[in-house]
Amino acid sequence: MRAASAAPVFAALGDDTRLAIVARLSARGPQSITELADAAPVTRQAVRKHLRALEEAGLAAGRRVGREHIWELRRTGLADAQRYLDEISAQWDAAIERLRRMVEEEA
Amino acid sequence: MATDTDRIEKHTLLRAPIERVWRAVSEAEQFGRWFGMHLDGPFVAGERVTGHIVPTTVDPGVAEKQKAFEGAPVELWVERIEPMRLFSFRWHPYAADPNVDVASEPTTLVEFRLEEAKGATHLTIVESGFDAIPLERREAAFRANEGGWTLQLTLIEKYVTDASR
Repeated sequence: MRAASAAPVFAALGDDTRLAIVARLSARGPQSITELADAAPVTRQAVRKHLRALEEAGLAAGRRVGREHIWELRRTGLADAQRYLDEISAQWDAAIERLRRMVEEEA
Repeated sequence: MATDTDRIEKHTLLRAPIERVWRAVSEAEQFGRWFGMHLDGPFVAGERVTGHIVPTTVDPGVAEKQKAFEGAPVELWVERIEPMRLFSFRWHPYAADPNVDVASEPTTLVEFRLEEAKGATHLTIVESGFDAIPLERREAAFRANEGGWTLQLTLIEKYVTDASR
């Protein structure tokens, strides 16, 4: 499993197929590549490639169970990505209220 | 369809004339007053301006929180100045960590768009380019915030559902 610290989480999520894989892992829990490929409109090979990208971004992790690879979400990676935007978004909300106070009360 | 992970978009209606709002966002001294930074020079299209964080004079509560970052350097690269319409610059979001050299890291683009609305002003702020920001920079930002947070995977599911239509 690769470290998540330097991984481009947002870039990893910026693909509809990868997002679909993330959503399915979220809704159904751990899945094999076979199950994921059956649900996606792409080849098994493509699913494997997308899972590698998610793994490098710290968003998913795979393990071998018998002859199958089972994949699941690593929620901390997702949490970090969303939390960062939430934080900056909240900062902007606060800044806008300061701007409002300045332009509306001095007008 | 573009993802929502790359950008933050804010809309607000300010009960002030567009000329007033334009000055507040496009004049460095005024911008600094509400945002909470002192800039060393004016905003000039195509030019870099340096400055540092100072507590805002507009909100005492926020000023208290900003004290922790007082003096931290900031750099803005001004892109476009189109009077009464558009002001934009690039910067490093959360460059306030003195232990990190962010000079070589990707910037985000911040755009202020103004529209007159019957004597009031509709302001749109868009910050974009987050996809390129390294994750460790984001972690530094988290440490600055003690606030609670809960994971909302349902939002991602919703995005996927909407995007597939």
